[in-house]
Amino acid sequence: MNKSLNVSASPHVRDARTTQSLMGDVLIALLPAGIAGVYFFGLKALLLIAVGVISAVGSEFLYQKATKQKVTVTDLSAAVTGLLLAYNVPVTAEWWQVMIGSAFAIVIVKQLFGGLGFNIVNPALAARAVLQASWATSMNTFYVDGVASATPLAQLKAGGVTSASLLDMFIGNTAGCIGEVSALLLILGGLYLLIRRVIKWHIPVAYIGTFAVFMAIYSMATGKTLDSFMLPQLLGGGLMLGAFFMATDYVSCPMTSKGQIIFGIGAGLLTSIIRLWGGYPEGASYSILLMNLVTPLIDKATKPRIYGSEVKTNA
Amino acid sequence: MKALTFKGGVHPLHKQHEGKNLSKDAELRVFSPAMVVIPMSQHIGAPCKPCVAVGDQVLLGQLIGEPCGFVSSPIHASVSGKVIAVEPRPHLNGSKVMSVVIENDGRDELDPSVKPKGTLDSLSQEELKKVILEAGIVGMGGAAFPAHVKYAIKPEQKVDYLILNGAECEPFLTSDHRMMLEQSEKIALGAAILKKASGAPVCIIGIENNKPDAIASMKEAIMGYDGLSVAELQTKYPQGGEKQLIKAVTGREVPRGGLPIAAGCIVSNVSTAAAMADAVTSGMPLVRRSVTVTGSVKEPSNFIAPVGTRYSDLFEACGGFDGEPAKIISGGPMMGLSVADPDIPMTKGTSGITVFSEQVYKPVLESNCIRCARCVEACPVGLEPYILDAAALRSNVDVLQAKDAMSCINCGCCTYVCPAKRNLAQSIALGKKILTKATKN
Repeated sequence: MNKSLNVSASPHVRDARTTQSLMGDVLIALLPAGIAGVYFFGLKALLLIAVGVISAVGSEFLYQKATKQKVTVTDLSAAVTGLLLAYNVPVTAEWWQVMIGSAFAIVIVKQLFGGLGFNIVNPALAARAVLQASWATSMNTFYVDGVASATPLAQLKAGGVTSASLLDMFIGNTAGCIGEVSALLLILGGLYLLIRRVIKWHIPVAYIGTFAVFMAIYSMATGKTLDSFMLPQLLGGGLMLGAFFMATDYVSCPMTSKGQIIFGIGAGLLTSIIRLWGGYPEGASYSILLMNLVTPLIDKATKPRIYGSEVKTNA
Repeated sequence: MKALTFKGGVHPLHKQHEGKNLSKDAELRVFSPAMVVIPMSQHIGAPCKPCVAVGDQVLLGQLIGEPCGFVSSPIHASVSGKVIAVEPRPHLNGSKVMSVVIENDGRDELDPSVKPKGTLDSLSQEELKKVILEAGIVGMGGAAFPAHVKYAIKPEQKVDYLILNGAECEPFLTSDHRMMLEQSEKIALGAAILKKASGAPVCIIGIENNKPDAIASMKEAIMGYDGLSVAELQTKYPQGGEKQLIKAVTGREVPRGGLPIAAGCIVSNVSTAAAMADAVTSGMPLVRRSVTVTGSVKEPSNFIAPVGTRYSDLFEACGGFDGEPAKIISGGPMMGLSVADPDIPMTKGTSGITVFSEQVYKPVLESNCIRCARCVEACPVGLEPYILDAAALRSNVDVLQAKDAMSCINCGCCTYVCPAKRNLAQSIALGKKILTKATKN
C-alpha cells in the first residue's frame, strides 16, 4: 500500500463500448459495399475511397493541430465521414474534388460547429451537396461495365423503364455512386450494425418501409407494375446506403425510438416526393439533410416520460 | 411467473455473472476484530453525542451514542471492552468524524439492556416502532436512513405494501444473498414484524432471478406467515433502486419528488428485517451486519462483522490484497463510494467493500458526446442525461430545472453505458447541487 488510491465518483465500472469501437464497427459494416464498388468500377474507385478517407482524417488532424486542440482522429469518426463521402460520388469524380469534399465535410460542417457531436447535419451528405452544386458534370456522369450510362433512377425519372435488371441492381452491377450500388452488401452491413447493436432498427425500417409503401401506392395509382417501378426505386440510388448508414448517424438523428421512427417516416416521404416530383432523380441525401435540420424539434417533441410524472399522491 | 422489472437499466458485468461468483458461495463468517472505531455519524441527519468516556468498560449492546434530533438513531457498542479513545477519526465521507474507539476484550459480554422484548404477537404496532427506534435500526441497503423515521407513518397515510429489498442488484455484492440463504427464517420473522409495524396488509420480498437459491429459501421460510410473498425480479441494475423496485413489484410509481409512502409503499432491506427480528427476539440492537469483501482480495468473503470494524482488518481476514490495490470502493462498483483511507471503519450501511487492483482498474478519459442515445435509453427515470450533463457543466439552472435534474437517483447507468466515457452521473450530481443552491436564493 505504498501508492495512493484512486478516488472518483461512481460508477467505477464502464461498458466496453467506446466511440472508437462504434466507429470501427461502422467501417467494418461499410467494407463489403466498398469492395463491390471497386469490383464494378475499377481501381479508380479505390483511389477515390483512399483520397476521401485520407483527406478527412488529415484535415481533422491539421485543423485540431492548428487550433491547438486535442487531436481526436483515433476515434475514427473522421474516417467514417471520408469513407461515406467517397461512397457518395460516382467514379467519374476527380480525386481532388473528393479531397475538397472531405475537407469541407470535416472543417466546415463538423469542426467549425464544435467538432464531433456538435454538427447539425451529416458532414458527408452536406459535402456531397456541395460537390453536386460545384461540379455538376463529373458528379452526374455514371458508368456501368465501362460504358457511360444513365442511372436506373434517371431512366425512371425520364418516364421510361430501367435497362438494369433487378438482380444487377441488387448485387450492384449498375450505374451509380461508388458505395451505393450493391443493395445486397449494404443490407448485409446494416444487419451487422443491428446485430452489434451499433444502430437500432427504427430509422432504417421506418425509412425504407415508408418509402416502399409510398412507391407501391404510386405504382398502382399510375398503372405501373411493382417490379418495373417500385422495386428499382427501392434498390436504386442512395436509399440503402442512406437508410442504414447516413440517416442513422448518431449526431444528426433523434435520440428516442419514437423520434427515430418519425425521422424515418419523414425521410421516406421526402425521398419519395423528391424522386417523383422534384427536379432530381435521386432524393435520399437531401431528404436526410432536411430531416437532420428538424432533429432538434423531434427530440423536443419526443422526450422520454419522467418516472413519477402526473402520478397521484397517496392521501 | 414472469420475472418483474422496470423500464431502462443496464446489465453491468453480465458475462461475469455480475461479479458475484467470487463470493456468492462463501458462507457468512463471524469476524471479531481487536478494535472497533464506531463513528457517531452513520447517515444523514444530526450526529450522535458520545455518552461514554476514555477508560470506560463497555458491554456489547450498551448505548454509546445518544441521538440528537428526529433524523438520528442511537448507536450501541458492537463489542465488549475498554474505550480507548473518543476523538475524530477518518470516515467514509472523507473528513474526520467523532468516533468511539473500543478495544475488544473478545468476551462479548452482554449489556443488561439486551433482553428479549417480546414476540410478534405480544407486541403492539406502537411497541414495535419503539423497538425500531431504541435498537438503532437503520436501512441496511446502503444509505442507512433511520428506520424509525421511515416507519413514522402519518394517520392520513395508508400503507398498501411493505416491500423487502432482496434484489441486491449491485454487482459483486453477495451479503444479502448469503443472509437470505443462511438466515432466511430470521428475515421472514423480521418481515412479519415490519409488516405489523408498518400496518401494511402484505409484504412482498423482491429477489433478482440470478439468485434462484435465495428465492427458494425465502419461499420456504415465509410459509406459515400471513401476507408474505416472494416476487421474482429480472436481473437488471438498478432493480434494487427503491423507485424501480416499487414499479416492478406493484406497478405503481412514486410521484416526482415524493417518498415511497406517497405511493402507499415502504421499502426496507432484507438485512434490516433480520436486524429487526434480532432486536425483538433477543433485544440485540443493530451492532453487527453482513458485509461482502470482494474483488482483488486473496479470498473474497462474506462476514458478520461488528459495526466499526476497520476495512483494513477485513482485508487481512481475506488474506490480503490480490495485487496492488488501485481503488477501494465502499459498496459495489455502480453506486459505491471510493475511499482514500483503508483504515476507515464500516458503518451500519456498509453492505460490501469492493477492491480493484491495478490490473483490473483502468481509468478512462472523457471525450465528446456523440448523441448515441444510450444514456437516454438506460436511464431508469426517463431523464436525458446528455442534456443534464451539458447544462450542469455550464451551470444552466433553467435547463437543469426543466429537464428535472432533481429526479436523478444517481444510479450511474448513464455513465456506465456512455461510449464517450462521459462522467454523466457525476455531472448531474453537480447539477443537483447547482440547482439546490439556485432555488434556495
